[in-house]
Amino acid sequence: MSDSSALARRGFLVGALGVGAALTTACTSNAAAPTAAGTNTAPAAGDNAEPGTPVTIGFSAPAADHGWIAAIAANAQAQAGQYPDVTLEAVNPTNDITQQIAAVETLINQGVDALVILPNDGSQLTSLGRRAMDAGIPVINLDRIFDSPLAYRTWIGGDNYGMGVSAGTYIGTRLREAGVANPIIGEIAGIDNLPLTQARSQGFSDALASFGFAVGPRQAADFTAQGGQRVTANLLQAAPQLDAVWNHDDDQGIGVLAAITQAGRSEFFMVGGAGSANAMREIKADTSVLKATVTYSPTMASSAMALARLVAQNRGMGDLVEKEVPTSITLASATITKENVDTYLPLGFES
Amino acid sequence: MPDQELVTAPAADESGRVEKAASAAGRGPSRAARLLDSGAGRNLGLVAVLVLLCVVGVSTADTFATTSNLLTILTSASIIGVITVGVTFVIIGGGIDLSVGKVMALASVWATTVATQSYGPWVMIFCALAVGAGAGLVNGLLIAYGRIVPFIVTLAMLITAQGLAERISGRRSQIVVDPVIAGIANTRLLGIPLLVYIFAAVVALGWVLLNRTTFGRRTFAIGGNPEAARLAGLDVKRHTIALYVLSGLCCGIAAIMIASLTTTGSSTHGTLYELDAIAAVIIGGTLLTGGRGTLIGSILGVLVFTTITNLFVLNNLATEVQNIAKGVIIVVAVLIQTRAQRTST
Repeated sequence: MSDSSALARRGFLVGALGVGAALTTACTSNAAAPTAAGTNTAPAAGDNAEPGTPVTIGFSAPAADHGWIAAIAANAQAQAGQYPDVTLEAVNPTNDITQQIAAVETLINQGVDALVILPNDGSQLTSLGRRAMDAGIPVINLDRIFDSPLAYRTWIGGDNYGMGVSAGTYIGTRLREAGVANPIIGEIAGIDNLPLTQARSQGFSDALASFGFAVGPRQAADFTAQGGQRVTANLLQAAPQLDAVWNHDDDQGIGVLAAITQAGRSEFFMVGGAGSANAMREIKADTSVLKATVTYSPTMASSAMALARLVAQNRGMGDLVEKEVPTSITLASATITKENVDTYLPLGFES
Repeated sequence: MPDQELVTAPAADESGRVEKAASAAGRGPSRAARLLDSGAGRNLGLVAVLVLLCVVGVSTADTFATTSNLLTILTSASIIGVITVGVTFVIIGGGIDLSVGKVMALASVWATTVATQSYGPWVMIFCALAVGAGAGLVNGLLIAYGRIVPFIVTLAMLITAQGLAERISGRRSQIVVDPVIAGIANTRLLGIPLLVYIFAAVVALGWVLLNRTTFGRRTFAIGGNPEAARLAGLDVKRHTIALYVLSGLCCGIAAIMIASLTTTGSSTHGTLYELDAIAAVIIGGTLLTGGRGTLIGSILGVLVFTTITNLFVLNNLATEVQNIAKGVIIVVAVLIQTRAQRTST
């Protein structure tokens, strides 16, 4: 019997949970109690719970001007705090790419054992990631992906295309069940310049196409409540009759919902994006047009921190056969509705 | 000698233009030229652009000319409109206020903190106005007594207000639970949203203040030539402070409006509002160097921008196309504007 399969079986039997599995625990039980307001962490489990070599992990992310990004930083901090063998070196968050480069360079010069980086722009930080890797510092690339696989050891992030697919599938299924023949489906995107927005929209229209539906009025806002309100107020004028709307982002969604209420419209249903706590409460209450949201969870930052520790300590993931952490982990985008909202509510981030 | 100010401040119409010495040469301007030279005349260019936009709107979108769409345009215009009133005063007075968007954000955040909301709507409104006026007071004091140029002071205020708003809100949207504040944006009187009335009231008060009071005349005088105004006995420093407080107060009013419209207080509110407001003031015919300008022109400027946005969403055009067209329309509007002004002189 090979070592790896023995490891795998033991891992399975004792419930040694890798990061992904630990997250599932967090979803379904109270085992992982949030350590700080609005954060989610996973306890190290199985062999990996044993303290290893002390490591210093550097962390850099954009400045939070948005609930999701705020949750990213909070989650990373909280997860690092779970490990007695981890020292966190978090540099000041900034939205200025040159400042982020300077900050990460400082971390490289300090000789940290691993880096967790959510770049303001993946392309613009690729060469720096490469330099860190060349210097022997493994880089965990969080969410916005670097251009070259040489620039990171492991990438973990959400599935933007999958978000669109989840939203499109939910809308398509619901409309087909209702027997709507030629539905008018609106889309309120985030910032159109970002590749993530384009991927979300592509997934959405591909999924709708499988039902024989297409996107009707589509406008981009700017991920803010203010932008969401403004764009939606105008979009509702453009479309006197709608059957469904997908709004890419729950932070922006607060403004979108406000505009819908102000216009007194309720003939359609809406799907959100990202899975904020307030969107989930709205879905649970079932008093507005918001009937579902598709996840893009900031818990990925907690997972990234856990992965950085494992990589820096040369450990693998408990119940995978591999001895090493994989190079790429894409989170699934779940669809949260009234039926399963209670399961996801603990993972929701406050806008 | 405050009373002397009344005598020395030149009589000005809405443009702040003093009757030209041309009459001394025995030839007054023709009647047609005088008409064109009036505030309404100079705003003809903008009115023409608005009419053009409406024609395009009616011919490209079925829903453009509906009452509910026109009210949507007015509601969208109301918040940036209120801010633009304050900015118009500051620019006519020879200054600039770059902090308006983020002062509004800070005021909205302050007004919607959990603590403030638990004291009820009046405390929220008071907080928003106090924060706005307070920020304006700091701007004014630094400019008048610190002798720092307005550009720098208000830029610093923009950054500071942004930081404070982020710190207080924890970089999160603070959701408005107070039913009174949340209800403002949903309230209609005679079918017209309350926000539009607030906008109209601020414009009316601003117009009277600018064109029918000593305060307005002093604003034109100080903006035109601060040294002459000082020599004529005006308290330039005190007046400068008052102008920035006025601008801050408008931000406070706008903060309550946006908190109601979006049901949040957020540090992301008002991003680039300073540029939108200044653009509206400029295409409205106000000189960036001060001393001359009209409030009605600024409001027309705001309406042009808001109508463009509406028109583009109605036609489902992408954001980048909207931005290109907005840039082109600014230039065209100003070209028409300057032509109208040239023919009127």
